[in-house]
Amino acid sequence: MVRVGIVALQGGVSEHYYMVRRAGERIGLGVEPVLLKKPGDLRDIDAVIIPGGESTTIGIVAKRTGLLDELREAILGGLPVLSTCAGAIIMAKKLAGTRGAQPILGVMDVEVHRNYFGRQRESFEVDLNIDFLSGPPFRGVFIRAPAFTDFWGDARPAAAIEYNGRRVYVAAVERAMIATSFHPELTGDTRIHEYLLSLAKK
Amino acid sequence: MEASPYHPGLVEVGFREIVDFFYKLAEAADRLREEGEFFVYQPRALPERIEIPERGTLSVKLGFPVYQKGGVVMDVTNVEQAEIAEDAGAVAVMVLDKLPYDVRKSGGVARMADVKVIEEVMETITIPVMAKVRIGHYMEARILEQIGVDMIDESEVLTPVDEKHHINKWLFTVPFVNGARDLGEALRRITEGASMIRTKGEAGTGNVAEAVRHMKIIQGEIKILRSMTPEERLRKAREYGVPHQLVDLTARLGRLPVVNFAAGGIATPADAALMMWLGADGIFVGSGIFKSRDPPERAAAIVLATSMWDDPEYVAEAQRMISEQKSMMGIDIRKLKPEELLQTRGV
Repeated sequence: MVRVGIVALQGGVSEHYYMVRRAGERIGLGVEPVLLKKPGDLRDIDAVIIPGGESTTIGIVAKRTGLLDELREAILGGLPVLSTCAGAIIMAKKLAGTRGAQPILGVMDVEVHRNYFGRQRESFEVDLNIDFLSGPPFRGVFIRAPAFTDFWGDARPAAAIEYNGRRVYVAAVERAMIATSFHPELTGDTRIHEYLLSLAKK
Repeated sequence: MEASPYHPGLVEVGFREIVDFFYKLAEAADRLREEGEFFVYQPRALPERIEIPERGTLSVKLGFPVYQKGGVVMDVTNVEQAEIAEDAGAVAVMVLDKLPYDVRKSGGVARMADVKVIEEVMETITIPVMAKVRIGHYMEARILEQIGVDMIDESEVLTPVDEKHHINKWLFTVPFVNGARDLGEALRRITEGASMIRTKGEAGTGNVAEAVRHMKIIQGEIKILRSMTPEERLRKAREYGVPHQLVDLTARLGRLPVVNFAAGGIATPADAALMMWLGADGIFVGSGIFKSRDPPERAAAIVLATSMWDDPEYVAEAQRMISEQKSMMGIDIRKLKPEELLQTRGV
């Protein structure tokens, strides 16, 4: 049995809840999703998902309840993480496209540019290839999505797309941390969630 | 964590299946269109493989409100208020010319906000910016889409321009939210292409009673659908004036197939937590914040109470952040004349 914590303060929580259970069924692994809201909820958790939402909201509330500090400690201690969209923003050590300082985890050696592609009308879908997955292309659903604009340390890009003639990085990995600009939980494709479960089993 | 009897339990159906449902519903209409019949009440079909980024797809329109869930959308009338909202942790702001309370007081025709003010707000803050259009005003909606607003609220708070029709929202790239008082209204708006529903409540009153009523009506009607035979659901679909497949899907899900927020009269953290407990996915606050005398504190408190609605310790902490003396004055809805009600506009 793998216990997967989902940060449940705001955003696409139930979508990840559904997907991670489906991923477990696919690979024949018992998965128990647990909603995380405050310190103490992290007890006996094997992996964490930080969903999309508004990064400012999630950061502000997580700081207030104290989840933010406890989660940072757990991730630095090696807890596997899948972070999507706003989740990726919260994971990054460096941010661009912000109005002021916002509370974040700041654990991944990447720079993330908020709303890189523009506003909602610029939101899009495109098929892409992800380094750590085999098989057919993955459907990327990008909603007011961020992009990865710099990498250092152990962080490396895991997916890129061609956008307006430029190569833009839309996924990153570093040790047991995965971050994506797009939303795998909005597709029927559980491969990224399966990958998280494989990290949690180790 | 406190369980709520109003929550249908966590999802047995994935987002992708809901998106596929709308595409499948559109297939028959697509074939008719090839034969020269004109149908536009449907999403545009997507290719099997997407090589070049495709904008405005159903997944991004239905997906946008998913990332508003558990959050608070705040009504604002200028940049200063928008900054207060963002700093407090709002998931989006809704730009209006006047707050609903003032619309109610001033009378006359209430229209879309100034384009310049909306643009100024969009340039200043980083969270999504929404704005309201009058019911049926296709052109106000086109203007908002053109300037890049993230979501449009086709709202009964403004003066309707079309007594018979709402906007055909399938024609737009930008997602729409619509108000509803009951399940029939909600499903009709979804059939017209709304990506999100909110209760109507009674805006500008500071009285949450109508929002409670509308949320319970919608939930109750869904429960009844689930106990019906297919034949009874077919009759219900005709009564609502929507495809029977949509009624069947709603019954199967045990909830609306799109994100469903609470709106109309929410004024305190406790009001917000109550609506979340009743099964709302998130909260719109209209006059409640900027008609109070403690906007920054109240905004932050309502954000905390909305995220942590199932934990009384945090709801109490949120309620402690505000003062009842500084709450907006409420209006007793029973004292309003029928023509003063906003919720009866656009059914």
